[in-house]
Amino acid sequence: MAILIDENTRIIVQGFTGKIGSFHAQDMINYGSKVVGGITPGKGGQTHLGLPVFNTVKESVEQLGAEASIVFVPPAFAADSIMEAAEAGIKYCVAITDGIPTQDMMKVKNFLRRFPVEERMVLTGPNCAGTISPGRAMLGIMPGHIYMQGNVGIVGRSGTLGYEAADQMKRLGIGISTSVGIGGDPINGSSHRDILEKFEQDPETKVVLMIGEIGGPQEVDAGHFAKEFMSKPVVAYIAGLTAPEGRRMGHAGAIISSAGESAAEKVAMLRDLGVIIAPTPSAMGETVAAILAKS
Amino acid sequence: MDIHEYQAKEILAEYGVKIADGGLAYSPEEAVQRTREIGGSVWVVKAQIHSGARGKAGGVIICKSHDEVEAAAGKLLGKRLVTHQTGPAGKVCYRLYVEAGTDIAKELYFCLLVDRCAERIVMVGSAQGGMDIETLAATQPEAITKIYIEPSVGLQDFQAREMAFALGIPVSMLNAAVKTIKGIYRAMRANDASMVEVNPLVITAKEDLIALDAKMGFDDNALFRRHRIAELRDKTQEDPREMAAADRGLSYVGLDGDIGCMINGAGLAMATMDMIKLAGGEPANFLDVGGGASPERTEKAFRLVLADKNVKAMLVNIFAGINRCDWIAEGVVHAVKKIDMKVPLIVRLSGTNVDEGRRIIAESGLPIIMAETLAEAAEKAVQARNEVVANAAG
Repeated sequence: MAILIDENTRIIVQGFTGKIGSFHAQDMINYGSKVVGGITPGKGGQTHLGLPVFNTVKESVEQLGAEASIVFVPPAFAADSIMEAAEAGIKYCVAITDGIPTQDMMKVKNFLRRFPVEERMVLTGPNCAGTISPGRAMLGIMPGHIYMQGNVGIVGRSGTLGYEAADQMKRLGIGISTSVGIGGDPINGSSHRDILEKFEQDPETKVVLMIGEIGGPQEVDAGHFAKEFMSKPVVAYIAGLTAPEGRRMGHAGAIISSAGESAAEKVAMLRDLGVIIAPTPSAMGETVAAILAKS
Repeated sequence: MDIHEYQAKEILAEYGVKIADGGLAYSPEEAVQRTREIGGSVWVVKAQIHSGARGKAGGVIICKSHDEVEAAAGKLLGKRLVTHQTGPAGKVCYRLYVEAGTDIAKELYFCLLVDRCAERIVMVGSAQGGMDIETLAATQPEAITKIYIEPSVGLQDFQAREMAFALGIPVSMLNAAVKTIKGIYRAMRANDASMVEVNPLVITAKEDLIALDAKMGFDDNALFRRHRIAELRDKTQEDPREMAAADRGLSYVGLDGDIGCMINGAGLAMATMDMIKLAGGEPANFLDVGGGASPERTEKAFRLVLADKNVKAMLVNIFAGINRCDWIAEGVVHAVKKIDMKVPLIVRLSGTNVDEGRRIIAESGLPIIMAETLAEAAEKAVQARNEVVANAAG
């Protein structure tokens, strides 16, 4: 199982022939992901990395049965590409692009809501490292070799902090079912809660590690979901204990702008909701290990 | 990105929002000149710094003569104003906005901002203007009205009317209120603002609706298509180190501690700073060097961190994915050799080609302290910092 992607998921790359798109497409192919082609408007009919290039996403869906896409398109055009994927019938889209304007993301989210829930494309990102189901498929830019296959689901806003978690777990012999990066922007395709919902339904996932940070109400919202609807334990770490109020810490969304958005407040609220807190970022692995040992 | 009050008012005025007569001044003489142009007998001299709550900090002075205007301007220009929004360092005032005095009948609060949870723009209003909205939200949440705006159709008249009634605007002024509210909304959408706050929005004795103060914040990600807004950037209002970092494509936030940091990725950077704090230290900065940490970029990052004279030890924590540890290690060795480093350096590398990376650092012969885990890195950094402090004292 795993969530969102596996070895059979038919993947296309949007922004395929560009430098970044090419590099990561090759990396995903090397990992074993089933990349079937790519999109670069105006280059349809060409072959790139031994795979067909299409002018539109729709053609790739019709001709190759593409199900998932990954977007490497520059910020000014990324929202358009995401909407194109949704309209073409892509089921799952990862937007890697960093720097998409917030109003564009509002438009994208609104566009997605036009579709009935069961037909609606799942979007994760933007500004994320992507998704990996270790040993099966990688739809992202992460170093695949640091992830071991197993039963822990990871959802996080940060790329490298997610790598840190996967690495700590690998050292402890703990594997991962799927790791999902939801991205560091204020408006994301999927929230922590959306991904928890999927992990709850995945028989392979036994424990979920949620890696959050300062800013926004998302982590606490996910905590409420975990308390009310989840049978599986959720472990959380919230980064940004030392972040001052009102300052943006790298990620567009990592800013404490109102009450309840600091790391300390989020930790307190999550603890009250029964979420197990990893007290330090270096204890993410061992906290998960302790929970696994109990279950 | 933030802009000044006078700039925000200029933008709002273009969208049909009424503002008091006013003008910009860089000197007391210019301030007096502005009052002559404006006319009348009461003026307000307002310090232009990127912060709200300037009134409480003494940045807004009401004057009744040209002499008073001159004195007020002299007092404010060059002055460092500290508000709860500027932080303890405050911000220096280099520009003044001189405005005609307004005969206030009632002060209201009005704001538009992006609601991250609802993923749409929310309109927030209160009949109790002039107050700090956070305080109001905490003490009297029922005094605040929130109306969400559907992105595909935008702000509708009925929503503007609903807000006007909630604000207690008299029926005789309803059309003006709708025009003002819709104007503010259009100014926000058309310029990719993330926030527009009019506090207070004022009903004058003559039944005019005026934006007496205005604050606008913009989405940095959209500046590529808002050149006019990008040009309004006032570098005097921003931390020079952060500006220098941004010019080099690095993301930096200066803090008050003394352990310098260079990390790849925003989340890992915050987590590393947390570890420093938990180990008993205080980070001097947040610095995300991003993905492509080339030797040039690494050197620039080192210079940036070490430009802060408070730094007593420096911690580098890189989790290499696409970046390989051997490249990072070469970059670090190159930077340390090129810069005359006076503080201890702790390096923790992890991820792709980690063994090769560690070997390069070990064989460089440089006095670099290596750490294996995040916890060890933070502990060693705090220890090194404490030794520096102890040696300086002893």
